[in-house]
Amino acid sequence: MAARVEACTPCHGNKGEGTTDVYFPRLAGKPSGYLYNQLLAFRSGRRKYPPMNYLLEFLPDQYLQDMADYFASQHPPLPTPAASEASGEVLKRGEALVTHGDVSAQIPACASCHGPALLGMEPGIPGLLGLRPNYVSAQLGGWRYGTRTAKAPDCMQQVAARLTEADVTAVAAYLATRPAPANAAPVPKGSYVLPFACGSEPE
Amino acid sequence: MTSLFTALLRIAALLTGIAVASAAHAQTAATNDIIKRGEYLARAGDCIACHTAPDGRTFAGSRPMPTPFGTLYSSNITPDPETGIGKWSADDFYKTMHSGRFPDGGLIYPAMPFASYTKVTRADSDAIFAYLKSIPPVREKSREHDLRFPYNNRQLILGWRTLFFTEGEYKNDPAKSAEWNRGAYLVEGLGHCGMCHSPINALGGTSQSDAFKGGLIPMQNWYAPSLTSNREAGLGNWSIKDITDLLQTGVSARGVVYGPMAEVVHNSLQYLTDEDARAMAVYLKGIAEGSTSSAPVSTLPTTESSLLISLGKTVYDKNCASCHGAQGEGKPPHWPPLANNQSIEMESAVNPIRMVLNGGYPPGTNGNPRPYGMPPFAGMLSDNEVAAVVSYIRTAWGNRGTPVSARDANQLRSAPLD
Repeated sequence: MAARVEACTPCHGNKGEGTTDVYFPRLAGKPSGYLYNQLLAFRSGRRKYPPMNYLLEFLPDQYLQDMADYFASQHPPLPTPAASEASGEVLKRGEALVTHGDVSAQIPACASCHGPALLGMEPGIPGLLGLRPNYVSAQLGGWRYGTRTAKAPDCMQQVAARLTEADVTAVAAYLATRPAPANAAPVPKGSYVLPFACGSEPE
Repeated sequence: MTSLFTALLRIAALLTGIAVASAAHAQTAATNDIIKRGEYLARAGDCIACHTAPDGRTFAGSRPMPTPFGTLYSSNITPDPETGIGKWSADDFYKTMHSGRFPDGGLIYPAMPFASYTKVTRADSDAIFAYLKSIPPVREKSREHDLRFPYNNRQLILGWRTLFFTEGEYKNDPAKSAEWNRGAYLVEGLGHCGMCHSPINALGGTSQSDAFKGGLIPMQNWYAPSLTSNREAGLGNWSIKDITDLLQTGVSARGVVYGPMAEVVHNSLQYLTDEDARAMAVYLKGIAEGSTSSAPVSTLPTTESSLLISLGKTVYDKNCASCHGAQGEGKPPHWPPLANNQSIEMESAVNPIRMVLNGGYPPGTNGNPRPYGMPPFAGMLSDNEVAAVVSYIRTAWGNRGTPVSARDANQLRSAPLD
């Protein structure tokens, strides 16, 4: 399988660990269902990024599933977090949103869906560790402006719509400071109850 | 006696009933056969490629087709009576295929390949129509065309038709085999290969004498190579098996399909029967002509060329040789050979430059469901490095192409990927 996904590796790393380009995400160890959903969305053009749309256009479902399974089963170590350039105040706001949310703005904590350890949950919720701030803020921005969408009910769209620009910066900066645990695998399906319905993680 | 008579009557009635039922059954079976054949022919004609929008309902149309004259939107060909072809007769359908006219006589834009479909027989047109009538109707109004003045005037199509359209079903060439004729019928008719593999002139037409001589596909910036010149995609030196492999699975010992041809194999050619694929191969091999034109001459100064080629070898050995081999021998069929690969050597360097920039996967097909892919190098190589490696593979190992410039490489960075 490694040879079949060689087309992915210059941007995503040999084992999906990511590369020096901050906009290309780590794939390794993310839940297979999440990766598969993204591959389907890129193939149909619902998630727009022309180089990805082009590569996947004529590949069958089963093959995309195989690719998703492959990267889900890779576990290269998470990178050591880089020193953050964000101020202490920004990181504090980020920590608050990630761990507690903001009740007054009706923003749930990231951890309430992505897990207390932010490692994600099988089959559809991705972990948030090992991603660079630029990537995270670009994705949250995509949801806020409607250029990234997911299966209805699109919970991330609902959450991101309530975030301000400053919130996005804070969350992205804080997440990138989180140290890597020894076992970074997502938790099994149903390990905790989601605060609201999510199309990517059906009951 | 009476009871015997009644009994006989009953038996007769029963037998008649059986006869009627079996006639009805035979008719349904015949209709089913026609629908099935129609589905096969619709695939051979690749109707779905244009008449289904990305992520849209099958055959419901509205796929945008950018042209140099503006954007056309394909029509809904599901049997919905209001928005599709539900009210059409088989005559109406044949008129669109054969004459390029709507049931009311209106002129169809030649983005619909009626100049090729005119060669399709009435029986095949009827089968396709029967198939389209059998699919679920979708109520979805097709989007209006968005053409610039003066191209939004349909009367202009009359001029185009005078220049480029000859109406008429395919006529067998008695001097050729049945297989050759079947191949010609598929390639020139339903396959509408000439829509891309012929030079498109400024009027958006193809002249008969230039048929299958290759051309840059407008708006897509891929080069559809000549099917007649062995210096391009002419298949004169290919074995029949290599040709059928390429058409049916997307990969072969000689090369793989990519770009717009990947779509054709994915939607259409992979579904051909072995017999039809072979017939196309026989015909395609037959129309290839040995090269008469002299070897192309480079426009780059010699010093620039040799610098590029020497840098190109370094780039190649580092990034490409692990799959394509130190001598460009590849590991066919999944890692195509680059040595003696017409697609690399041909006069237009558009395709090799784009493959280096964009990479790509051949289509997943029944014969090759898990294709191997090539990484995009656009983000890793500079314009100069792209030009260098393309110049190298076009001239190394006995390849007879010409070097390309960094400017050529740069211009294709913005080529569309959809």
